[in-house]
Amino acid sequence: MTTRIDRRLAELKAQNRPALAAYVMAGDPDLATGQAILNMLPQAGADIIELGLPFSDPMADGVAIQLGGQRALAAGQTLTGVLGMVEEFRRKDETTPIVLMGYYNPIYIFGVDRFIAMAKEAGIDGMIIVDLPAEEDDELCKPALAAGLNFIRLTTPTTDDRRLPTVLENTSGFVYYVSMNGVTGGAIASRGAVGDAVERIKGHTDLPVIVGFGIKTADDAAEIGRHADGIAVGTVLVNAVGTSLVDGKATEKTVAAVRDLVADLAGGLRRARV
Amino acid sequence: MSIQNTNSLRNGPDEHGRFGIYGGRFVAETLMPLILDLEREYRAAKNDPEYLAEVEHLAKHYTGRPSPLYFAERLTNHLGGAKVWFKREELNHTGSHKINNCLGQILLAKRMGKTRVIAETGAGQHGVATATVCAKFDLPCTIFMGATDVERQMPNVLRMRMLGAEVRPVTAGAGTLKDAMNEALRDWVTNVDTTYYLIGTAAGPHPYPEMVRDFQSVIGTELKAQFREEEGRLPDAVVACVGGGSNAIGTFHAFLDEPDVAIYGAEAGGHGIEVDNGHAASMTGGRPGVLHGNRTYLLQDADGQILEGHSISAGLDYPGVGPEHAWLHDSKRVTYVPITDQEALEAFQLCTRMEGIIPALESAHGLAQVMKLAPTMSKDQSVVLCLSGRGDKDVESVGKYLGLLK
Repeated sequence: MTTRIDRRLAELKAQNRPALAAYVMAGDPDLATGQAILNMLPQAGADIIELGLPFSDPMADGVAIQLGGQRALAAGQTLTGVLGMVEEFRRKDETTPIVLMGYYNPIYIFGVDRFIAMAKEAGIDGMIIVDLPAEEDDELCKPALAAGLNFIRLTTPTTDDRRLPTVLENTSGFVYYVSMNGVTGGAIASRGAVGDAVERIKGHTDLPVIVGFGIKTADDAAEIGRHADGIAVGTVLVNAVGTSLVDGKATEKTVAAVRDLVADLAGGLRRARV
Repeated sequence: MSIQNTNSLRNGPDEHGRFGIYGGRFVAETLMPLILDLEREYRAAKNDPEYLAEVEHLAKHYTGRPSPLYFAERLTNHLGGAKVWFKREELNHTGSHKINNCLGQILLAKRMGKTRVIAETGAGQHGVATATVCAKFDLPCTIFMGATDVERQMPNVLRMRMLGAEVRPVTAGAGTLKDAMNEALRDWVTNVDTTYYLIGTAAGPHPYPEMVRDFQSVIGTELKAQFREEEGRLPDAVVACVGGGSNAIGTFHAFLDEPDVAIYGAEAGGHGIEVDNGHAASMTGGRPGVLHGNRTYLLQDADGQILEGHSISAGLDYPGVGPEHAWLHDSKRVTYVPITDQEALEAFQLCTRMEGIIPALESAHGLAQVMKLAPTMSKDQSVVLCLSGRGDKDVESVGKYLGLLK
């Protein structure tokens, strides 16, 4: 079963172009602006969208994404609301893959079966659930795979060769390599080490490898894009939303700030393979 | 006997770290290899006579174990029912049961070659115990503590700093134990190569709930033997307060397969269980969900967002509970009851005036349940409270509530 993610990554590979996966928090800073941000991402240069599902206790996220989640929750965001955003997006875009990224509890409380059915219907293609390691695959991973959704796994510098097969076993779509031990928004220790790590992962799988955590600038994008099938960018985009606000409210600069950054990063990525 | 009793309630967790549907390993991949290492190391240590001998030696000469079993005579007469006994964990070095677990885990950290320790703390009791063992074993340590708790438990903050720990106040959320745990997990994920996370309660990802329970089980094991020596039988009821639930599971575990012993856990009822987000009674007022590495009862809204909760007691002010308690709650082996701030304050004062023992506000919740229970029991029956901590840390905040401070 191929998904929008599989198709998009195959196309990009044929074009020898690394993918730009752009993460935004669904409903940040408010529901309407969040929808506008989501809708413009493909045009700005995002190849894949990672849509953040806000959670009250984001244990693997740095301050920027914590604040983005708090803004979305304060604006009244819910899982039902996030699914609605995707539905709205799909009215105009049938091809850009959307990966839901978040923590398990809101999905568990919503009901796993109900979530999978509604996510498919809304047009979600895959998910990254930070606190569901391979050891908990029975919870959501296996039912999601059975339903034809991608379950994308994070691998980290601590995921050694002994463990990689366990982690990759039920991974589909792509492998998300977390470039460092830490929360979102930290700094990459060594760009060279990222290339080695991608090679190491590719020794275990044919899936595309997308690198995230710590990529902030077009130069980072160009450099990391050289070594990987794609890059994922989140913290700087959520930060751009945060700094565009006046008294906590969206301004005319909010959507543009994210759009400009995505375009800039996409430009950097185009330099990666020249 | 090596044959396992399949009807026993003491066999958990299973190999996936589950107590029924509760528990598990809901953590980021970065932490998974370490958690598996920790489990291996713990299994090896449990079978290593040298390790066990060191734990026992420290328990005796450093902590001061066994802790006494004390007959609270005036309180018994006052309540007019069952005999009331205290298992005096507050007499341990550092002033609570928390040291039992910290000693066991710091030796594991050493075995694993870790060079830095982090911990979360609510009331500061676990933070003090962690800072203490880190001083003794010469490891740098960082304690995460909610900013609200830093304020209401200042004496413990000072103790930790004097012991050489760095105390990092956490301002996120309500600035209580949940937020401290989030921040500790973020630190751990960032410094996973060097750092040992010394979790203080019987919660978190497997193997922590099992490990912390095992280290705290000394409470119930001693209590059982001491009570037998005093009265020649088992107590009729045991009671402990439950936040995350480490002193409670340590007290209860030895009695789970004794059907004649009633077991009560006192949750933080705060302003009252009917007050929205006004309590921290996760079993009475919450439902199962996934947070901080385990599935358990949680205070949460309809969308699965975790609530802050409230308790006068920083140590019980947590929206979750250890997974074994969640399972014991479902199986009805243990009765969990909410105790309000007001009831705990009354118990605090009664214990202080009648027994000359200032209990921690956490333990006062357990005592409040004893005060309800004892008068309903006959005079030849006995109820034992785990007096898990002493209240020196609370004198200022209780003084404020009582209007003793200007």
